[in-house]
Amino acid sequence: MSERLGCTPSQTVGPYLHIVLPWSDGPFVVPDGTSGSFWVTGRVFDGNGDPVTDGLVETWQADPDGRFDHPDDPRGATKPAIPGFRGFGRCATGTDGEFAILTVKPGPLPADDGRTEAPHLDVSVFARGLLNRVVTRMYFPDDVAANDADPVLASIDDPQLRSTLIAIPNDEGGLRFDIHLQGAHETAFFEL
Amino acid sequence: MTNLVLPNYPKLVGVHPDLDSPDYRGTTLRHPLRAPIDLPQRLTEVTGPLLGEGRLGAFDNDLTKQHDGEAQGQRIIVHGRVLDDGGKPLPATLIEIWQANAGGRYRHVVDNWPSPLDPNFTGLGRTLTDDAGRYQFTTVKPGAYPWRNNDNAWRPAHIHFSLFGRSFTQRLITQMYFPDDPLFFQDPIFNSVRDEKARQRLISRYDHSATIDHWALGFEFDIVLRGASSTPFESAEEDDDE
Ligand SMILES: [Fe+3]
Repeated sequence: MSERLGCTPSQTVGPYLHIVLPWSDGPFVVPDGTSGSFWVTGRVFDGNGDPVTDGLVETWQADPDGRFDHPDDPRGATKPAIPGFRGFGRCATGTDGEFAILTVKPGPLPADDGRTEAPHLDVSVFARGLLNRVVTRMYFPDDVAANDADPVLASIDDPQLRSTLIAIPNDEGGLRFDIHLQGAHETAFFEL
Repeated sequence: MTNLVLPNYPKLVGVHPDLDSPDYRGTTLRHPLRAPIDLPQRLTEVTGPLLGEGRLGAFDNDLTKQHDGEAQGQRIIVHGRVLDDGGKPLPATLIEIWQANAGGRYRHVVDNWPSPLDPNFTGLGRTLTDDAGRYQFTTVKPGAYPWRNNDNAWRPAHIHFSLFGRSFTQRLITQMYFPDDPLFFQDPIFNSVRDEKARQRLISRYDHSATIDHWALGFEFDIVLRGASSTPFESAEEDDDE
């Protein structure tokens, strides 16, 4: 076994991330007008309940068939059926801490222990004052049985904490997913 | 099909800063109070966006040539490799950088300290690593700048780096510093990395072999992302049955 190199530490994005990180097409996991697409919107809050106005939210997900166009998917990299599906979304937070990602629902995923993961998005949050990203997951509110069987959700005993991972339907036919970095409503964050 | 064999990225110990780092006041209301929950690495975590050439503009790797005139300041070349901790180069991975100008001023609406903007410098860079994991930017050396963390606080000169690697697990945003900066001692962001050896890995190396006579000083900055513990599987014999 050869010796491993030391990894480069994380540092905060600071307050000036807008110079390069927000892309004009960043929020579009799928192209505008894609059939079945919807907006995931939410706000990021700090421990005082104030909006985080200088953050960045990124999402990563499978396509609706539960596949990834990626060589490390042992089922084989698969081109998504939806033209322009990127799987990745990125949005800086605005003056109310808000972000928005246009996407489609990913499929469920097989897990290596023979179980099935409910549809979910992996979510990273970067901000001034965060010396490393924080990572969470967003699940879908209509997947009650699948969420109950999901191995990650099932590993969280506290129902209130578990509920921070499940998006809420909004009036526009999309989903709301608020992220609380700290405090009584603190979102469940993961160690990768 | 049930037997999924996935790469595994061992957790890093003692490399990244604590999110709760009170000397950096911005962390006070933004670090989670609860310990993070262990997330087994599954399909979503071991895959990630593979973003290619479409993200790059014409002069994205030369920050001195993005305007009609030349940027002010000490021209530098920053180059290096992106590797995983097993020493394997990461080819075709997107790197995004941003930085202050030579006077320490960002072209950004919330930066208004009294140092001039340079009309010929934006401070935005992007590139992809080549087959050997190498990257290179031409830019100017950024200046130090003051911030409001505490009295007379100055950030050491730095360039912000954002990297994707090949998986969600490898995603990293960091800052590159310059050798022998006299401001290190008082900077709570640099010093939030508690381990001395890990902290030194944030500092680029002056590289005379990359320095170009009568043109630019060279600095080398290798970036090491956490790697998978071993080659996880051979997928060649398994056909995709789509
Ligand atoms: Fe900075």
